[in-house]
Order: sequence, then structure tokens, then C-alpha cells
Amino acid sequence: MKAYFDHGATTPIDPEVLKAMTPFLKQRFGNAASLHKLGREASEAVENSREAIAKFIGAKPEEIVFTSGGTESNNFAIKGIAFAKKKGHLIVSKIEHDCVLNSARWLEKQGFEVTYLSVDDEGFVSPEELRKAIQDDTFLVSVMHANNEIGTIQPLKEISKVCREKGVLLHSDACQSLTKVSVNIDDLGVDLMTINSHKIYGPKGVGALYIRKGVKIDPYFSGGGHENGKRSGTLNVPGIIGFGKSVQINHKVGHVKKLRNIFMKGVEKRISDVKLNGPRGDKRLANNANYSFKYIEGEGLLFRLDSHGIAVSTASACASNTLEPSHVLTSIGLPHEIAHGAIRFTFGKDNTLQEVEYVLDKLEKEVKELRKMSPYKRGWK
Amino acid sequence: MNYGKKVLEHFTKPHNMGELKNPDGVGKVGNPRCGDEMWIYIKITKKRGEEVIKDIKFKTFGCVSAIATSSVLTDLVKGKTMEQALLVDNKDVAKALGGLPPIKMHCSVLAEEGLKAAIKDYKKRLKKV
Ligand SMILES: Cc1ncc(COP(=O)(O)O)c(C=O)c1O
Ligand code: FES
Repeated sequence: MKAYFDHGATTPIDPEVLKAMTPFLKQRFGNAASLHKLGREASEAVENSREAIAKFIGAKPEEIVFTSGGTESNNFAIKGIAFAKKKGHLIVSKIEHDCVLNSARWLEKQGFEVTYLSVDDEGFVSPEELRKAIQDDTFLVSVMHANNEIGTIQPLKEISKVCREKGVLLHSDACQSLTKVSVNIDDLGVDLMTINSHKIYGPKGVGALYIRKGVKIDPYFSGGGHENGKRSGTLNVPGIIGFGKSVQINHKVGHVKKLRNIFMKGVEKRISDVKLNGPRGDKRLANNANYSFKYIEGEGLLFRLDSHGIAVSTASACASNTLEPSHVLTSIGLPHEIAHGAIRFTFGKDNTLQEVEYVLDKLEKEVKELRKMSPYKRGWK
Repeated sequence: MNYGKKVLEHFTKPHNMGELKNPDGVGKVGNPRCGDEMWIYIKITKKRGEEVIKDIKFKTFGCVSAIATSSVLTDLVKGKTMEQALLVDNKDVAKALGGLPPIKMHCSVLAEEGLKAAIKDYKKRLKKV
């Protein structure tokens, strides 16, 4: 049996999405910038996609700029706004994706000032703490909508209220939350928002940045002036078509949540000494469960599950290039040895109850085996 | 992480895993880089005047590579004289596994140190008697 529980990393392409894309990889291969019929057809299809995506997040089509994915959109948003401002201060949370954090660190080297805002033990940013961190020269706040490791959904509405009052732009990385919870830009109150396709059953290498009308941003890619001069480069037509379709398919969020809840109940009933990382309830992404299995190490458990055809992910120190646990787990205050045994399970629309039972069985077995091997099986020293 | 076949074999079915009752030496070492822990238990007998590692077991809190190196270390030194065992270093351990990813070499150092600590503990106990 095979069971994929790593939908937070990426998802398979939905058959309907693939079907929509295929003609644009074959006979309808035109460049959307060409004036002839093939080009106009491609351009028209791109604009339909733009409209679908805009509608899905409550934006106007002209506020959507297509990019090569989440990483580019985050770089574009943060560096583009900073360079339009020339100087000043920005705030990002400590648990942002690396592409946000490293963009901020790069800006620091260029002379900008950055505050890395702390989160609480469930990963929440406090709007009040944010208010205190805003300075006279703060021009941008970037707080992700939902965290990719521990599923924390930020109180963006409250955060945006603070930003509005202070006259500061708000950017949010919504790669993980898109299609799982409502990401209406006006409800959330964001000025810029990053989304991508491969987390929602669309192809890899395509995403978008929502930029509220009137927001001044420097282009990140200079060139032939595509996307109204905001992002040059020949459009990834098949990718964009796939992305447009992927917001329209059935994401079965109810089903996913049900499976995730059955899984969580199973883990907590059948395995002792586990700790849920991140919050419980509606403030957690419906597809995410992240547990630390005490006394064992995550990379080992991942490979044991992999040997049964089960795919999960870990942010353990041993699995990282720096041999440090992930910045998310340390930011929520996990001690080193608890971060060590953290495994993320992210569920998807095509998972079944049978697969959940299968993973629970194998998980129980392998945790037991690895604990037998651990000098800590009777507790920490 | 691209682990070789041999590493994964030792990891999934480790040899000599567990504790020894009444061991002659125990080595407890930690990995300062990632925070892992390895305990090595040894039992020593005398054969023709030489000290021989009669039995060896391990317990490890660590990654795939840490567990696989613990396991292969026990294979490498079981039945060897103390002299021979002390010559086994982390490169031998990694070699016996068909190589390790570069970033995982430090785990094999833990195995070498674990064994040396166990032998040191054995010698310390001898002095006390
Ligand atoms: C929260 C978040 N932001 C950004 C990214 C990067 O997106 P992409 O892989 O499209 O570059 C990811 C996924 O890897 C993510 O989970
Ligand atoms: S023991 Fe941590 S990386 Fe191997």
C-alpha cells in the first residue's frame, strides 16, 4: 500500500487540471504576447485564468500578476515594495517561509531595517505586539496566512486593522491556506498576497502575486514589460491555465478535515508521549497535523514510514542541512529534544479512511520499534 | 537524503540493538551538532591472554545514519580484540556502510567515540577492582 501525507509539500496534478492544460502543451502552444491567432488564443486563455483566480480571492483581474511560484511572489512583494520605498523599516514574523525571511535578511544588507516578530507557543502573532513594533518609517508588514509546518492560521483581520490604522502595507503568504479557508483579500484586509499552484493540485512553477490597485511596487524581473510592466518574461501559459483550473476543482475540505481529525484522535489514543505542535481547532489548517514523538528522531521515523510507502515530512535537526531544528519549531519554544521528533502529516482530497488506518498502524509500530532503540525510552535523563 | 542500500538495511533491521545485562563497560556519547545520543554496552572476555569484545549492544536516539552506524559498528568489532577494536575509526564505519552522505559523516564519529568511551569505561572499572 502507498499513502501520501505530504500535501503541504506539494500535491499531484488533478486530472481535470491536466486536461485543461494539455492542449496548451501541444497544439495551442502560442506565445501569449504574439499577435497572430495562436498568440491571441493563448492570451485569451491566460486572461480567463486570471479572472478565475481574481474572482476566487475577491480581487480584480488587473490586480493579479503571474509569477513562477510562491518563492518568486514573496521575493517580488517584499523586495519590490522595499525598492519602491528606497529606505525604511519592515516587519516579518519569525515563522515565515525561508523565502520571506531570506528576502528580509537580504534587504537588511541593502540598508533596510527589519524586525523579526516573535510568535507565541502555538505560532500566533499578536496584533498588539505588532502595533508596538511599528515605527514611523515602517512601510511593510509581512505575516503569512497559515504556517506550512504547524498549520497556525494568523488573525489577519486584526493584524490588518493595526496596519491600516498605522498606514502600513500588509503582505501575506497564503500558499498554504488557499482553498483550505477563505482567502478573500478584502475580508483579510491584505494589500499584497502570495499564492501558488502546486499546493492546490495545479502544476509546479507557477504562482501569482495579488497587488492591490494603487500600491507602488518595483518590478523584480526587468524585461519586455509583460504583466503591465510588473513582471517580464514569456508567460507560462500551460502552467497558468492549470493554476486557473485548480482553484475551480472540488478540494473536499470537509473530507480532508474529517480524515485529519480521525488521524489525530488515533495518534493521541494509540501512542503515548506525543505532543501536538501548533494550535487545535479552527485556527489550525484543516489538512495539517504535526506531532513530536518523544524519545525518537524524526528523520528515522520518516524513513521507517517511507519503507511502508508512506510519505510525510520532518523539520528535525538531523534532516536539515544546518543540523538545526526548523526556525518554526524553535520559534514556538520547543526544546531541542522535542523538536527532534517532529513529523508533519498533511492530508489531501484523495486520501482515504483506509490510508489513515494504515498510517496509524505503521506509525504505532515504528514509534514503538524506534523507542526500543532509544536510550530515552523510559523518559529523558 | 540519499542513503545507500546498506545504510537503509542496517537502519531498518539493526544488529545488536538493545542493552547488555551486567556490561563490563558502557559508553554514553552525545552529538554536539544535532543533539543525538548513543550508548554502547560491551562485554569483555580474555582469550589467550588477550581482551576480546565478546558481546556489544547499542541504544541510539538519532537519525537513520546514527542508527545504521551504531549497528555496523557492533558488527565490525564483535569478536575482535581490544587492540583491533581501538583501530576502528569513523571512516571504517562509513566504508562498511558503502559510504554516507557528506553531511551525515558526523554521525559515524559518534559511533567511533561511543566504542572508545565504552572501552575507557571498562578500563576504569578494571582499575577500581
Ligand atoms: C508558505 C509557503 N510559502 C512559499 C512557498 C514556496 O512556494 P514555491 O514552491 O511555489 O516557490 C511554500 C512552499 O514551498 C510555502 O509552503
Ligand atoms: S544523528 Fe543527527 S544527523 Fe545523524
